[in-house]
Amino acid sequence: MNIAFTELTPIKAGEMVRKRELSVEELTKAYLKRSIALDGEINAFLRIEEEYALKSAAAVQKRIDAKEELGPLAGVPFGLKDNICTKGLETTCASRILGGFVPPYEATLMEKMSRGGAVLIGKTNMDEFAMGSTTETSYYKTTKNPWNLEHVPGGSSGGSAAAVAAREVPYAIGSDTGGSIRQPAAYCGVTGLKPTYGAVSRFGLIAYGSSLDQIGPIAPSAKDCAAILDMISGFDEKDATSMKTQFNAVAQLEGGVKDMVIGIPKSYFGEGLNGEVREIITAAIKVLTDAGAKVEEFDFSILDYAVPAYYIIASAEASSNLSRFDGVKYGFRAEDAEGLRDVYLKTRTQGFGSEVKKRIMLGAFALSSGYYDAYYNKALQVKALIKKAFDDAFAKYDMILGPVAPTTAPKIGESLKDPLAMYLSDIYTVSVNLAGLPGIALPCGFDQKGLPVGMQLIAKAFDDEKLLCAAHCYQQLTDFHRQFPALAGKGGV
Amino acid sequence: MSEIKYETVIGLEVHTELATASKIFCSCTTEFGGEPNTHCCPICTGMPGVLPVLNQKVVEFGIAVGLATDSEITPYGKFDRKNYFYPDLPKAFQISQLYLPICRNGVVAIEGEGFQKNIRIHEIHMEEDAGKLIHDPIFDTTHADYNRCGVPLLEIVSEPDFRSAEEVIAYLETLKAILQYLGVSDCKMQEGSLRADVNLSVRPLGQAEFGTRTEMKNINSFRSIARAIAAERKRQIELIEDGGKVIQQTRRWDDAKGVSYAMRSKEDAQDYRYFPEPDLSPVVISEEWQEEIRKGLPMLPKERKAKYMEGYGLSPYDAGIITGIKALADYFDEVNAIVGQPQEVANWLLGDFMRLAKAGEGDTFEILLSPAKLADIILMVKTNVINRNTAKEVFAAVWQEDLDPKQYVEEHDLAMVGDGDLIKDTVAKVLAANPKTVAEFKAGKEKVLGFLVGQCMKELKGKADPGTVNTLLREALK
Ligand SMILES: [Zn+2]
Repeated sequence: MNIAFTELTPIKAGEMVRKRELSVEELTKAYLKRSIALDGEINAFLRIEEEYALKSAAAVQKRIDAKEELGPLAGVPFGLKDNICTKGLETTCASRILGGFVPPYEATLMEKMSRGGAVLIGKTNMDEFAMGSTTETSYYKTTKNPWNLEHVPGGSSGGSAAAVAAREVPYAIGSDTGGSIRQPAAYCGVTGLKPTYGAVSRFGLIAYGSSLDQIGPIAPSAKDCAAILDMISGFDEKDATSMKTQFNAVAQLEGGVKDMVIGIPKSYFGEGLNGEVREIITAAIKVLTDAGAKVEEFDFSILDYAVPAYYIIASAEASSNLSRFDGVKYGFRAEDAEGLRDVYLKTRTQGFGSEVKKRIMLGAFALSSGYYDAYYNKALQVKALIKKAFDDAFAKYDMILGPVAPTTAPKIGESLKDPLAMYLSDIYTVSVNLAGLPGIALPCGFDQKGLPVGMQLIAKAFDDEKLLCAAHCYQQLTDFHRQFPALAGKGGV
Repeated sequence: MSEIKYETVIGLEVHTELATASKIFCSCTTEFGGEPNTHCCPICTGMPGVLPVLNQKVVEFGIAVGLATDSEITPYGKFDRKNYFYPDLPKAFQISQLYLPICRNGVVAIEGEGFQKNIRIHEIHMEEDAGKLIHDPIFDTTHADYNRCGVPLLEIVSEPDFRSAEEVIAYLETLKAILQYLGVSDCKMQEGSLRADVNLSVRPLGQAEFGTRTEMKNINSFRSIARAIAAERKRQIELIEDGGKVIQQTRRWDDAKGVSYAMRSKEDAQDYRYFPEPDLSPVVISEEWQEEIRKGLPMLPKERKAKYMEGYGLSPYDAGIITGIKALADYFDEVNAIVGQPQEVANWLLGDFMRLAKAGEGDTFEILLSPAKLADIILMVKTNVINRNTAKEVFAAVWQEDLDPKQYVEEHDLAMVGDGDLIKDTVAKVLAANPKTVAEFKAGKEKVLGFLVGQCMKELKGKADPGTVNTLLREALK
């Protein structure tokens, strides 16, 4: 059977399975074949789990045959970022230190997805422990941007975004601590949603910055993201920070943007924003105003403090979260170590990459006695101010619009040479995490090199449905999200 | 030693393991013992990606202890992470409370011989226990047992208000009684469910500022605590007298050798890099919740002691000892409900009973005889079935295996000879056999009556009421 993969969205794939146009096994096998073939060039996956995928496919087909009520994505394959625990399947966070670690428990996300009949076909590459903006800090491989293999896919969920962009999988799951879903989605020309903090359970997500981390979907369209969000969100008694919300975003997609008031933070369009990106975003704004939205500029100068505050808080939490990786109980242990101190020292020296070590040291420093007030406490104050600035803005606006990143995807090897510039490129995304808000990245054009540009919409906490509705409205009027890299169009496989 | 008199200043950090059914952040059992690493799950062993969820029972217990110690309850509390590497701590951080502990500014009234004072509680905070490392001397390896990991603890931190070991022990006894009355901890020191760190300094009597203190960690019996205090006081004074200086440090008390060793000094003290635990929501305690718990509080040792003194006429000493151990007071109530002789019950409990109950190792207190059985013994004495001496004998015999005292008396033929004639006959026989003694008595030597009573009791194999024998003897000698 010939599948038009580049046309096939997750929702469409789900319909085909439901209508028995093809079986879950056929669909899964086709995607397995395709991702194995394409991934030789892209390196989106750390591991493609054929056997596991076929087993789940068979199980889902049985449930469909038994007329079990499953969601719209039942039987549809997906890729999962490798920092989310999968029972019985290796989970490494793309780090050497977790090499060979097979969790004996399932992330709540995976339980929810299994309940919805989703079929996992592999674990995607990422920056080591989600620390990075390019997926280059992975210990195992460098993922390439399907639009141009010389460029990075963004990060840290670069594997997930690249896999979706190349249509290796209908959709993927990522995690976003400071932009890690939205930025790679923008770089890869796909749609990525970072839900409100607490909307999706973090149980089983290997923590980077616990107060900022949030799991979310990466898919071709906002409509797909809505269906995925409906499946994965909701209160989880295993996560004390999860909230009692049950979204029904798919049902609320068609509201349009008429009379919506969209705030445009002036500082989002200031110095540092690439001209081409600015033009493309400006054009996107026009699409929304033409559809009936009102637009207003406002001052958001607190943004200047977002990046430093973010790096202090995230690194501080990371320095503590990553302390458990000591070579004692699981994962990698340095072979030449003698005695306890040596095990700690050598395991962590050899097991972590340099970006991770850098952030552990930064975080430990920010928390150390004598510096706590000057750094960590200050960062918490900034966080509170940013939250307040957003609260004030949302008293006036339904939505905030801006770019996702200052530029399109850089070339492989460029970013790590200038880490400060790399950190600063998170400027438009980190504040959303600091305030715990939902944010979505959607494709809105291409630069002259043919690389995708993404725009970001931000809403107030738990307005994820409204956010998706506005994004969907934009996508009804444009077709950037339907475009795919040439590489993805190579044959039906 | 010089002429200077020194005052000892002591503050205590008491850790008590809470008697919740499950651990503080997961559903594993808190039961003591068990094969290593069988009371564990991915959460309490800190596996990647797992999250803690607070056991509300721990908060309830914390509030109860706070209310029982007249502490201020923190309406909006938080947990913090205390970071350090050690193999008994699988997350490499302990979830504790630094900035906003559950209780603050409490007070515990203590009394003992020659003192009566209030010990101020600085704060009480909730935290998780660590695992245990077990060293294998044969293979020179260390094994980690995470069963204890995540068992809830309350740390009760006192102000430096103690001036002697006696005060410290009185405080610990009082605190232990409060915790047991509240049912929040079994306070078994030998199982580590009550542990104390002792902060101690000395200063010349009259000096206002404190001396440099040392901390002795995890001493696990009252006796060892008293010894450790005496030894550390002596060590510090000697050091000062010799022209030296006390260094702020943590010391390990070796109870077998009766000395302490320096573990680490302040300079190499760890920086725990505390920060707010991001995985837990704030601990919000409403007035209503506090009230609900306050209403459910049981009678506390102080009130119960008053009740025993006023209601039962017990002496402050007797009432203090009985109510100082909840199990003993409960036992008292049960026995007294049957026999209705409070003083008699108290006499029993404070004698051989206490000795047998404390016969185990360390600070154990274990009652092996059920209350109804002690009541039977007391009633047998009351109804003259057995005399007091026999009763003591029966008590000692039935204690260990909780035997039926009535059956025991029967089987061993210990019941008193109720038959007056047999006693009269025996009296006559004894008098006939001891003419010399009889003569002495008649000559006014009253003392010898005891000898004659003894002889009669011997003849009767102890199975008579010595009072009856006494009366009959006097009658016969008239
Ligand atoms: Zn557990």
